[in-house]
Amino acid sequence: MFDILILALLTVITAATPLLFAALGEMITEKSGVLNLGVEGMMLMGAIAGFIVVTQTDSILLAIIMSAVAGAALAGIFAILVLVFQARQVPAGLALTIFGVGLSALLGQSMIGVAYTGLPKIAIPGLASIPVLGDLLFNHDIMVYLSIVMLLLIRYFMNRTRGGLILRAVGDSHDAAHALGYRVNLIRGLAILFGGAMAGLGGAYVSMAYSPLWVEGMTAGRGWIALALVVFASWRPTRILLGAYLFGGITILQLHAQAIGINVPSQVMSMLPYLATILVLVLISRDRVRIKLNAPASLGKPFHPGH
Amino acid sequence: MKPYLERRQLESKLWTYMSPVLALLLTLLAGALLFRIMSVEVAPALYIFFIEPISTSYGLSELWVKATPLILIGVALSLGFRAGVWNIGAEGQLILGGIFGGGVALLFYEQEGFYILPLILLAGVLGGMLWAGIVAWLRTRFNANEILTSLMLTYVAELLLSYLIHGPWKDPEGYSFPQSRIFSDSALLPVIADGTRLHLGAVIAVVVVLIAWGVLARTRLGFQIKVMGDAPDAGTYAGFSHKKVIWMTLLMSGGAAGLAGVIEVVGPIGQLLPSISPGYGFTAIIVAYVGRLHPVGVLFAGLLLALSYLGGESAQIELNLPLAVGGVFQGLLLFFLLACDVLIHYRLRLSPNKA
Repeated sequence: MFDILILALLTVITAATPLLFAALGEMITEKSGVLNLGVEGMMLMGAIAGFIVVTQTDSILLAIIMSAVAGAALAGIFAILVLVFQARQVPAGLALTIFGVGLSALLGQSMIGVAYTGLPKIAIPGLASIPVLGDLLFNHDIMVYLSIVMLLLIRYFMNRTRGGLILRAVGDSHDAAHALGYRVNLIRGLAILFGGAMAGLGGAYVSMAYSPLWVEGMTAGRGWIALALVVFASWRPTRILLGAYLFGGITILQLHAQAIGINVPSQVMSMLPYLATILVLVLISRDRVRIKLNAPASLGKPFHPGH
Repeated sequence: MKPYLERRQLESKLWTYMSPVLALLLTLLAGALLFRIMSVEVAPALYIFFIEPISTSYGLSELWVKATPLILIGVALSLGFRAGVWNIGAEGQLILGGIFGGGVALLFYEQEGFYILPLILLAGVLGGMLWAGIVAWLRTRFNANEILTSLMLTYVAELLLSYLIHGPWKDPEGYSFPQSRIFSDSALLPVIADGTRLHLGAVIAVVVVLIAWGVLARTRLGFQIKVMGDAPDAGTYAGFSHKKVIWMTLLMSGGAAGLAGVIEVVGPIGQLLPSISPGYGFTAIIVAYVGRLHPVGVLFAGLLLALSYLGGESAQIELNLPLAVGGVFQGLLLFFLLACDVLIHYRLRLSPNKA
């Protein structure tokens, strides 16, 4: 029984990691005042880029880098649209998702049916041999560790550095930040690219570790769930971690329900993450004051310097 | 000499209509480049994609078959987008329309009656309205973001359809394939041109376009929708109810998407399958924008985007290209359109000295 519990907790971690990457990235983008609805598309680009590179070159490091590059490249299109061409952010983000779904399917055409073993586990010497906790905390693949490192870095950046302060200033009042001499569009551009890279990493985790193969549209709405997680977490990194692991838990319920003997149609179990997302949105959003206090004040508003 | 953007005093009418044309030309250019990269001969590929599918009268009828759901949903979505209500889950509302309408069709299996088809269509509309009504309720009652809730409900709708045709609605003589019975003739939309698949749905779509045009141009609700989108504060000051606009635009777009869904299942498909739409609900978002959020524009945009499906199919058959090429073209078109739209609000200027 105890082994089963450990196994279940481990699958929670693998289900949560893609959400953690994507939601952390989107949080940074939104903190700069930009809402990018293209997370799903960027995740898919990262998923296919990572899968192609890892199966063709066998280099995990290169695959991870290229998945981030692919996500950032797609985000670059979004940045040009909203920052240079002053496009509205909602349709531009939707365009990004539609394009990303199509382009990843096109690139992945020859990858259907290609097998990959999945990312190897790296046991941290010494710590991994601690009973129970060792397996749970110190015996994961490299991307799980990376996701936690990124969380800590982002937390530090947001709360302890000047850069984090500037990012928040740009997101809360772009006019004031501009008047202070900060280059609003440059900072937003960087935040968008970072968000894209993180979404790419999240996508790569789906295709390289969670279910190591390529299927069209395989992120199955995780990009949208990540967007909801950012609201759920009130734009705070640590709460994103909590939210991601909570959703990871809900996602794997469907895998273990049958094992425990719950006799519900599989489709109903698969609905749970989506229904939970709606429920969470409802619980968080009905407190309008709290949303207003935490959301970046300039979120979604366009900025045109000068004139 | 450095180019910069200068804000216009007034929106440019010219560029409102020229922007989609320019975007289409740029999409064709980018498409040519894409074919080059995939080492496909460009001129024949563009011909196969954009011209050949509509070079016969059968092809033209197929264009209308594909355009029907796009126009229906695009028209209704553009009403919501004008008011700033982002219903992104039309695909889910379409599926619910298919489920409700298909359910009634199965209920009247092997029965005759003139009332069956209208009942089926009505059920489809109600199904779509129900799904969009949940979104409206969550938005107005709990302030929950309609983009995310409508999208989540799309995934739920797909799973619901999957459950029904794997379970209670599975065809008993279907060799355990996940599909419903094939509907009886009394439940199917009549074909309006012999030798084609062009059905009554195309006529319904045109009627809906005309109704939407009337609502937008001639009714109080249409006026409220426009004011709420352009100047929400002025709308509130004038005493317009924001909640009412949210409810009305969502119910209308949900109903239209549901109608599109039921028309698909009792039109070209004729039964319930695991997938009853190749993403019409999402493509309709592009249709709404290319059509300038205007019912008549949406009619033409629907035909254009329908071509991306037909072109994708013929490119798959003749050039062995993946079907996803169509999706890439759709995304490119929206990218270019959004970029070109900058010219509606801004003038491109060159500064002689430094900017």
